[in-house]
Amino acid sequence: MAKVHVTTSINGEPMEFLCEPSDTMLDALRGPLALTGSKEGCASGDCGACSITLDDRLICSCLMLAVEAQDHEIRTIEGMAQGDKLHPLQQKFLEMAALQCGICTSGMLVASDALLKKNPDPSEEEVRFWLAGNLCRCTGYDKIVRAVMETAAEMRAQ
Amino acid sequence: MNLVTNNKWIGQRTIRPDGMDKVTGRAQFAADTTMPGQIWGKVLRSPHPHARIRSIDTSKAEKLPGVKAVVTARDIVDFPIANGAVMLGIQDMRWMCRNVMARDKALFPGHPIAAVAATTEAIAAEACKLIEVDYEVLPWSIEIDDAILPDAPILHEFNKFDGKPSNIAGRLEHKKGDIADGFKKADIVIERTFTTRPVHQGYIEPHACLISVAPDGKTTIWSSSQGQFMVRAMTAYLTGIPQSDIRAIPAEIGGGFGGKTIVYLEPLATLLAKKSGRPVKMVMTREEVMRATGPTSGSKSTVKIGATKDGKIVAAHGTFYLQAGAFPGSPIRGAAGCSFTPYDIPNLLSEGYDVCSNRSKVAAYRAPGAPIGAYAVECVMDEVAEALKMDPLDFRLKNAAKEGTKAAHGPVFPRIGFIETVEAAKNSDHYKAPLGKLQGRGVASGFWFNAGGESSAQVNITEDGNVVVTTGHPDIGGSRAGIANICAELLGIDYRRVSVIIGDTQTIGFSNLTGGSRVLFASSIVVTQSTEKIIQTLRERAAKIWEIDPEAVKWENGAAHPVSPNAGQFEPLTLQELAEKAPAMGGPIGAGVQLNTTGADGGFGTHVCDVEIDVDLGIARVIRYTAVQDVGRAIHPGYVEGQLQGGVAQGIGWALNEEYIYTKEGKVDNPGFLDYRMPVCSDLPMLDCIMVEVPNPKHPQGVKGVGEVPLVPVMAAVANAIYNALGKRFYALPMSPPKVLEVLDAPTREAAE
Repeated sequence: MAKVHVTTSINGEPMEFLCEPSDTMLDALRGPLALTGSKEGCASGDCGACSITLDDRLICSCLMLAVEAQDHEIRTIEGMAQGDKLHPLQQKFLEMAALQCGICTSGMLVASDALLKKNPDPSEEEVRFWLAGNLCRCTGYDKIVRAVMETAAEMRAQ
Repeated sequence: MNLVTNNKWIGQRTIRPDGMDKVTGRAQFAADTTMPGQIWGKVLRSPHPHARIRSIDTSKAEKLPGVKAVVTARDIVDFPIANGAVMLGIQDMRWMCRNVMARDKALFPGHPIAAVAATTEAIAAEACKLIEVDYEVLPWSIEIDDAILPDAPILHEFNKFDGKPSNIAGRLEHKKGDIADGFKKADIVIERTFTTRPVHQGYIEPHACLISVAPDGKTTIWSSSQGQFMVRAMTAYLTGIPQSDIRAIPAEIGGGFGGKTIVYLEPLATLLAKKSGRPVKMVMTREEVMRATGPTSGSKSTVKIGATKDGKIVAAHGTFYLQAGAFPGSPIRGAAGCSFTPYDIPNLLSEGYDVCSNRSKVAAYRAPGAPIGAYAVECVMDEVAEALKMDPLDFRLKNAAKEGTKAAHGPVFPRIGFIETVEAAKNSDHYKAPLGKLQGRGVASGFWFNAGGESSAQVNITEDGNVVVTTGHPDIGGSRAGIANICAELLGIDYRRVSVIIGDTQTIGFSNLTGGSRVLFASSIVVTQSTEKIIQTLRERAAKIWEIDPEAVKWENGAAHPVSPNAGQFEPLTLQELAEKAPAMGGPIGAGVQLNTTGADGGFGTHVCDVEIDVDLGIARVIRYTAVQDVGRAIHPGYVEGQLQGGVAQGIGWALNEEYIYTKEGKVDNPGFLDYRMPVCSDLPMLDCIMVEVPNPKHPQGVKGVGEVPLVPVMAAVANAIYNALGKRFYALPMSPPKVLEVLDAPTREAAE
């Protein structure tokens, strides 16, 4: 079967790629687009390591078909920092040791960013339920939740 | 109790050297890399728990367009059973060559039968379906009780126990005093039997590798593992390629917890790459990880403890049966050797039995065996304390092992910090806080041996006066951050000037696995000694420039200084200045040290757990948790806490939800993250840590291993808390909602009957 041509926007840049009709967005990101920051932990939408946003909506890229990106806006971990300036969440994750092995970190950051855009003042419970789709096996989540809360407080103060 | 004084970087929460790559998505994990001309490998796996393989016909698969190579057990080096054990660390190559590819029999569903490499993953998967395997399906057993029956189907006919073919592959015992005599002196004796289910390490990154083999045999392996040297050695053993021809490059590792201390894909991908002449990439699916890689054992343990009225334990007996899976090698040493070790017990017998059954071969999981044993021992400890009307922490203090206590597994303890952990738990705000309705509090303690072993480091000063440290063990949870702190501290420079690299097998000396809570202990010894050599060189260089004796030069705050005004009046020479002068003053500055490190002290922890029971849904929710541990010295407190919190979260999962569930056909029925229920963020509270620091006197910075102890006491602490909340004891894990509901509903059911 012939490949499908997709025209889309990734991290604010116009982008085109070819994919199989059955490829997931995660396949396209990690394959032809060479954006390997999104990770495949389960391919079933249960771990959140492949989290991206589609038109500002948080999704698991393993559950979206690549062809569905046509004319939509995709954002990934690679688009989170502005040039050499880290996003406040990235900076806080570093300062507060909110990562260990790092395989879930891209997805955690993308998901946390989506939360703070929606709710700049989340309670601990809201952070925990929002991030419940992002598995981390190393940290016990404590430092991640603290880093998200603290970033939110600092961003509100600015 | 912070003993770290006058340090600038040791004990500081510095930013880890690999952090920037990991928060920006740049870090390269094993599945993130590609090579020119790369093709994909896939594995055909057994659908049966137990079957003799009569024949394998790969001809149809080989003819499929796009298929480049097919391998079966015939291509893998055989280590015949009769020739005896061929050990590589704790692994016997006789089992490894049969675990990576079934040889005569398939021993579990998911056991590799053949592997295919093709131009796309889809073609490789299609080709696997074209391989014809003639199986003679055999009876099987999975659970311990079934596998040890006299007429159980035997996995390995040559294995004998008590003179008869058996699935019991080994027995180990630790003995002290005379238990029969000891129990006679006891006023109270409690004996209970416990079971636990197999649980998976659950790392988020599936196993992956990318391998290229040149026509001359030179092989490059890029893979996710807890040890590139283990990958090199095992691949060499199983493919026949000399170790010197294999370069194993450690990719960033996305979690391991013991589960990535053996190889699954690397030998297959190497053989496929060799046959096809193309680089081969293999990545497991989550389902393959769950079915065919090592979880830890399920278990059945019986523990009996006897104590006198005044609260002194006089005798104890533990019997621990652990599932090994398809090949011998369950962690009975951890179960039998660690569980009673926090206590000074005069009469003790601790026995472990290694039981083979038709499930995937177990792999190490964080303090392998110790959490299983501690669950049983620490629950009985709670019952004995209650029977004696003693506070459970006071009962532990009364019987605590301390300096001079002889542990049943051999050593006489040096100065240890167990008592300090119990006291810190007792004095914590958490232990004193009141509890609400349907809430309960439990405590438990735990021990892990910790380890030293082989480690290599190379420290080089760059031409611009900064530092590159290379070590040989993968950084799984922040060890690079600890090494940067130590090296910067010794040199007296900013930690950001120290770059820490994990070397590949051909660029750094042999370094053993990341495992056993050994990495920061061992690597900081070789890094310290290398850095001390460099400081000596720097002093000699300054002495030469100043034309004074090297003994008259001291190194302080990143520069050479005269030891006193008597030595001469000279402006300090900084690391940068000495590095710039290096070409004229004797050449490059660098030093390496390789050692088999010794002097690792055991680790102890004591945990306090509060639960609240939802009586309608049967959910036991952990609402507060405090992990206390003697960490020796926290080189990077942020990542030490991270180890404690991560271990606790895994233990809570093991206690409350995680388990392998089997179909009646003997297949794992929950091989994904939806049905294998690991804790998610909303399942847990904040996890408090109290780091007790009793420095290890045999280590230059006082380091003790920290990664494994945090998982050991958790299941017992949760079980004891649930008992305290409900007045009902659970003797089986997991204490999942259906099981809690069953207990809650029992009185109603009984009344109705």
